[in-house]
Amino acid sequence: MEERVLSDTVAVRAEELARTAYGRLLAILAARDGDIESAEDALADAFASALRGWPESGIPANPEAWLLTAARNRRHDVRRSAAHRLADPLDVLERRRLTVVDEIDPDAIPDRRLALLFVCAHPAIDPAVRTPLMLQTVLGFDAEQIARAFAIPAATMAQRLVRAKRRIRDARIPFAVPDRAQMPERLGPVLEGVYGTYAIDFPIVAGSQPRESLAAESHYLAETLAELLPDEPEALGLAALISLSLARRDARGTHEELVPLDRQDPARWDATLIALGERRLHQARSLGRIGRFQIEGAIQSVHCARAKSGVTDWRALHTLHAALLSFSPTLGARVAHAAALARVEGPGAGLAALDAIEDDAVKRFQPAWATRAHLLEDAGRATEASHAYERAISLATDVAVRRYLEGRMARLDRRVEDARS
Amino acid sequence: MRYALLIHYPQPSVSTLSEAEIREGMAAFQSYAKALEEAGVLRSAEVLQTIASATSVSVRQGKLQIQDGPFADTREAFAGIFMIDVPDLDAALAWAEKCPAARWGTVEVRPSGVRFVDGAWKSAS
Repeated sequence: MEERVLSDTVAVRAEELARTAYGRLLAILAARDGDIESAEDALADAFASALRGWPESGIPANPEAWLLTAARNRRHDVRRSAAHRLADPLDVLERRRLTVVDEIDPDAIPDRRLALLFVCAHPAIDPAVRTPLMLQTVLGFDAEQIARAFAIPAATMAQRLVRAKRRIRDARIPFAVPDRAQMPERLGPVLEGVYGTYAIDFPIVAGSQPRESLAAESHYLAETLAELLPDEPEALGLAALISLSLARRDARGTHEELVPLDRQDPARWDATLIALGERRLHQARSLGRIGRFQIEGAIQSVHCARAKSGVTDWRALHTLHAALLSFSPTLGARVAHAAALARVEGPGAGLAALDAIEDDAVKRFQPAWATRAHLLEDAGRATEASHAYERAISLATDVAVRRYLEGRMARLDRRVEDARS
Repeated sequence: MRYALLIHYPQPSVSTLSEAEIREGMAAFQSYAKALEEAGVLRSAEVLQTIASATSVSVRQGKLQIQDGPFADTREAFAGIFMIDVPDLDAALAWAEKCPAARWGTVEVRPSGVRFVDGAWKSAS
């Protein structure tokens, strides 16, 4: 009975360690020769022997150091047996005895996770595999879990990850943090990769389970990055953006029912996450270099301020959305800008801004039609609004979005009927 | 307007797929078909067995030819069809994008021409 309890404790502790220390240990192990695959194998072996040995020997005083030593010995043995298959067995035993007693303090070794993140987002790595690679190496997700999040077959994902890792090893992509001159160019892809864990374009999933679990992990990644790069305002901005968006997760409804931002109950927002996001934003601002993620973080901050003030400052939002356009004029940013403009200058101005978007893709862009429908309704142009709702609904593949728009359209049609009779 | 979402993907021999992968694929198609149904746009859906089980038939100069295998032996083969009824091509494309097979194969979107209903061919639109 007691043994059972102990082994449960060990399992829980190993799981905790896997969560907090995995990326740190893997980065240290892989940094030396760039061989992520063999570092993963060695670390997996170390975790396995911890689960076997700790219930008997007890959890070591410094479990991370124990794991690092075990993984290093394992790699050493693998390399030795490959290099000297005929070596004297006594020699192998001797080496093992020597290295096990080695006391290593991982805290004394510089954190190599930052270098690892730059490796994952290196220009020589296919952009599509950067985010999966970060999830696997820094957080220890297996290919199957990552494949599920990206809705591609596990074998395909595993193959892509292995190919990327071999490329890192064979091409000798350096485990190094870029210097000041290279930083602006190299940081962007790292931020995009981390943001990618939050903004995965989710396929149709039954339930919202994968969505929720990855959001927490992406917050962890963004916070790690912000801590490792406290002088990079955009890294701080990204952490703020994810904190502040994540804070409203529980108020957003279910996968079947959407609660739009302005109808959400601020009492259901997470005050701790909001405070953390605000702190990151403040830190970023003090560095005096504005950028896309800081502006997006600031937009979230204005929305979250309703929890205290009870109102939304649309004038501030409009200014921020206009500023965002100069950094990142995506279709989504332009539609959001039109919506914010409409709150300040009226639906006519918002509709004019929507009409001014020249990109042909806007005709197939669902959020553009939903926004147009709302603005036409506000402008009292019911027939056109109804048509735009129809179009927005036909382009919506998300159940919650579809139901929400169907509800609004039905209410609009009813009002038109009532006015006629 | 009715559209066919024609699914093409590399044909795995069943043995190369693990049970977990098959389960995953089925779960993805289950969610997808359910979403189409909930949106009220699904007319029919069918996923075929692999081309290994295909037999091709043709008649030339009055002679029946039965061939063991598919009509066209390509790396990516026709694997299934979703018939959907949506207002226009853009809506059809939005659904095609969400098809699980779009991530490992190709989804061809083609409007229906005519269809046989109640004893006669009718325009599909």
